[in-house]
Amino acid sequence: MSWHRKHLLDIESLTANEIVTVLDTARSFKAVGKRAIKKVPALRGKTVVNLFVEPSTRTRTSFELAATRLSADLVNFSTETSSFKKGETLKDTARNLEALNADFIIIRHSASGAPHFLSRVLDAHVINAGDGAHEHPTQALLDTFTIREKKGKVAGLNVTILGDILYSRVARSDIWALTKLGAKVTLCGPSTLVPKTFEQMGCRVTYDVDEAIRDADIINLLRIQHERQRKTMFPSIGEYTTLFGLNKARLAKTKPDALIMHPGPINRGVEIDSEIADSERSVILEQVTNGLAVRMAVLFLVNGGKAPAEATEN
Amino acid sequence: MPETIVILDATAIQRALTRIAHEIAERNEHSAEIALVGIPVGGDHLAARLAKILAGIWNHPVPVGVLDTTMHRDDLDQRAAPEVHPTDITFDVTGKTIVLVDDVLFSGRTTRAAMDALNDFGRPKKIQLAVLIDRGHRELPIKADFVGKNVPTALDEKISLLLTESGAAQDEAILKKK
Repeated sequence: MSWHRKHLLDIESLTANEIVTVLDTARSFKAVGKRAIKKVPALRGKTVVNLFVEPSTRTRTSFELAATRLSADLVNFSTETSSFKKGETLKDTARNLEALNADFIIIRHSASGAPHFLSRVLDAHVINAGDGAHEHPTQALLDTFTIREKKGKVAGLNVTILGDILYSRVARSDIWALTKLGAKVTLCGPSTLVPKTFEQMGCRVTYDVDEAIRDADIINLLRIQHERQRKTMFPSIGEYTTLFGLNKARLAKTKPDALIMHPGPINRGVEIDSEIADSERSVILEQVTNGLAVRMAVLFLVNGGKAPAEATEN
Repeated sequence: MPETIVILDATAIQRALTRIAHEIAERNEHSAEIALVGIPVGGDHLAARLAKILAGIWNHPVPVGVLDTTMHRDDLDQRAAPEVHPTDITFDVTGKTIVLVDDVLFSGRTTRAAMDALNDFGRPKKIQLAVLIDRGHRELPIKADFVGKNVPTALDEKISLLLTESGAAQDEAILKKK
């Protein structure tokens, strides 16, 4: 057990030990979700603000429920209804929220580094719920949790991440988390979306799908992020599906116990056949359940954490 | 080098548990209503041992569970988040007499958290408290029903219980002086 951080900003700076601490803690919180009374008083009296400057349903709802199950009070704040539209800066918005005594700020932003910036200007605990194409730490933690729960370990497993890697914060966080825990990560997709530079993060890059998934224990599919792509990175969706989509014929060539994961939202018939998404090989809905437990664990752990300067004083 | 004193050795721990088990049996006529719930770390193993002795006295198995109290603590924002242990209560606590089992009774805050946590599982008919060591310094109006040994301590002293279940070579309760 080791956790002394005041914020959760990224996976890159975490140690393997810290990642395992979150996963172990999440296991106990998952059990809470199975009780008749699904609520514990750990964050009673605390205020959590969901500051989502970019649309999200899954992650926002998950954090919302996590905070509620820990007995915290919650404010949802989204761009459509906020003063962002009137030109207020991120810093001013956040400081206003803090002036209302928010203890936790969960932020999603289209700009990479926005959570890091907030953590420097605010006293509140800051949790990154996705910043640009940089990181999405809680997604990586829930992916790792799901893999560990299903396979009993992470070290030594072959994990293939397939799809739009370049614009994916999920891919980056997943690569950090999985490689730190000793998994072998392979990236695959159109060469325009999977640059060779990713090899510097300690993973393998290939453009041959069949080869990428043949020995995989886990196949993690990513959505094509049209909203982030500045120009067309491949000729057509149809061609992407033909060349990289997971269909029955491709699935037949994989290990029989290989698991299919997807962070959602799924584009059925694009990166994955509808039938496969609903098959017993898919753990997509379990990822959602585990996401709640992992986010409860993160809120619980950062609550006890102090900023580095304060920690050394104690 | 801090001074350490053995306050209970393996035989004394065994004797204390046997006596507590008999006291529980004496206090509670309806043995079918009794269930033991241990608080980790330490109390869960003691609860399992007590259940075994009680099963011998009553000639029927006694339900035993584990209750994690960390999510119900009142000092969560004053220190680094404590390790969360799994809770495992497979029986219905409603209508039962629950004997909470802990290794050391100190401020009473763990016991308060445990009573709060237990409420999430139902409404016990009664809750009783059994501890191996009562070291004093209560911060809440809480008193144990069954005590293995009263040990007067100073606030800065530390008591650790080593049990074979957690990998110790032999059972031992140790007091560390500053």
